[in-house]
Amino acid sequence: MTIFKDKQYFRVNLEKEADEALWLRCKSCGELVFKKRVRENNNICPNCGEYFFLTARERIESLIDEESFEDVSKPIVADDPLGFQDEKPYPQRLEEAQEKTGLPSAIILASASISKIPVVIGVMEFQFIGGSMGSVMGEQICHGMEEAIERRCPFVLVSSSGGARMQEGAFALLQMVKTTAVRARLAKERLPFISVMTYPTTGGVQASIASLGDIIIAEKGAMIGFAGRRVIKETIAEELPKNFQTEAFALEHGMIDRVARREELRSELAAVLGFFQEGTR
Amino acid sequence: MSDERTLDLLEAKIQELRELNKADGLELSAEISKLERKLAQLRTELYANLGDWERVRIARNPKRPYSLDYIGEVFSGFYELHGDRLGGDDRALITGLAELDGRRVVIIAQQKGRDPAENKERYFGMVRPQGYHKAVRIMRLAERFGFPIISLIDTPGAYPGLESEEKNIGGAIASSILSMLEIEVPTIAVIIGEGGSGGAVAIGAADRLLMLENAIFSVISPEGAAAILWKSKERVKEAAVALKLTAPDLLNLGVIDEVIPEPLGGAHKDVSQVMAAFKESLVRNLADLGEKSVQELLTQRYERYRKIGRYNTLSD
Ligand SMILES: [Zn+2]
Repeated sequence: MTIFKDKQYFRVNLEKEADEALWLRCKSCGELVFKKRVRENNNICPNCGEYFFLTARERIESLIDEESFEDVSKPIVADDPLGFQDEKPYPQRLEEAQEKTGLPSAIILASASISKIPVVIGVMEFQFIGGSMGSVMGEQICHGMEEAIERRCPFVLVSSSGGARMQEGAFALLQMVKTTAVRARLAKERLPFISVMTYPTTGGVQASIASLGDIIIAEKGAMIGFAGRRVIKETIAEELPKNFQTEAFALEHGMIDRVARREELRSELAAVLGFFQEGTR
Repeated sequence: MSDERTLDLLEAKIQELRELNKADGLELSAEISKLERKLAQLRTELYANLGDWERVRIARNPKRPYSLDYIGEVFSGFYELHGDRLGGDDRALITGLAELDGRRVVIIAQQKGRDPAENKERYFGMVRPQGYHKAVRIMRLAERFGFPIISLIDTPGAYPGLESEEKNIGGAIASSILSMLEIEVPTIAVIIGEGGSGGAVAIGAADRLLMLENAIFSVISPEGAAAILWKSKERVKEAAVALKLTAPDLLNLGVIDEVIPEPLGGAHKDVSQVMAAFKESLVRNLADLGEKSVQELLTQRYERYRKIGRYNTLSD
């Protein structure tokens, strides 16, 4: 049974939407900048260097070789196992998220290449209910790792998530275990898993799959941590430092391997993947 | 309408009459049994159809048996082991060696405090990274010698604070989940009170997941869900219902394997009864898992978690 009015699963392609605006206003410097130039500049403001928020499509486009994208996701969409309703019913939230993002779920899963090295890559979409991990995202991540095993290639996961999807209750919580279980298989197969943490990588995602990368690279400007400021304030009313849960904080406290600027991310990935590639040296 | 206070008053009254009866040889038996019937009826009315929010309150009731109570009553010879060997010893997560029905096991348990001083020491059962590091160390120890692992879950959640984040609480939880999945001995997790989010899952990824009847297991506290999803702290009762966090709900959803029954009103109303049920379930599940080869155990554990989740499959 499907909870949606229409079939809501569809293959993602990276073709540009027709109604794109030509100009963007930078939140940081206030300048109107030509969108095409922003795109060509890794979605960084050409005027002041501010990072524009990336959708999952834009993110994956910024990382993989041109024309190498192939959606390899499973044809699944969210169910509503708890019959969850807060201010609005969960199915309605899902439909709105699909409409807003043009994606069937909060993750894009593709086979692609980075600097000619084949990978399976998952990229989370923060604008889809906060990039939260429910049963669909958990399954797609597992499926992605299994595809990587099938194809004998590395798995790359770019996280942008507030954590577990509350509307799926214990099922969402247990995706932490599920993704970890398959991650252990990937390790047994000796295939590299590169975890890229972007803004934000928090909660149940940070406390499971994202923190289990062989290599963990954070994008500059990422937010990385388990409990948010609000929870900490309400539970223990503690003063928190300015750099709390920034990528610099994560690096300083040994949570990640490296920090990369957005424009360096692709080349860093290429270099690391190249090192792990068999038979290249 | 009856509430807990009425029950307590009635109980006290019956006790008083019993003592009078004994001391003065008065013939109060008829009166006593009448009151006892009344008490039983009121108790059923109050507790039989517990709402989810009432269950949350029972799960958090400070009179409820905690891990150390089960450890002292159901296991024998508990020998606590301290320290993560990395510079810390978290008192919210205790570990040690013990025997269950003559079988050697290793215990990993979350422990709340009974009074303000103990709660300060045990951080109200909220585990910090050093607690999960200790858990992982003890899992490896158990594996080395083939001791099954019994993990007792009772935490509002992992400790949220600067100290935790600086020591990568998220990474510690992830490592603990990974160890639970890889460990080559039988594992049983029992949620005895609060199963709060990632902090509970860290030691909950077991071959068997059991729950006390009035325990809760949730992705977020009802208070947290109310604040985020309903944008009002007043809506906790609705949140508690919506989250499907009770043992009967989770059994229905296929998330847990078994519900360990509690007396009406909660485990604290008849501790020996709940201890007996707890022990019976643990011994039986352990015997069952003990018959499996390591390979079977790992395969079944993998399949259990690989398939968890609910979604709709559509054709392309
Ligand atoms: Zn700018």
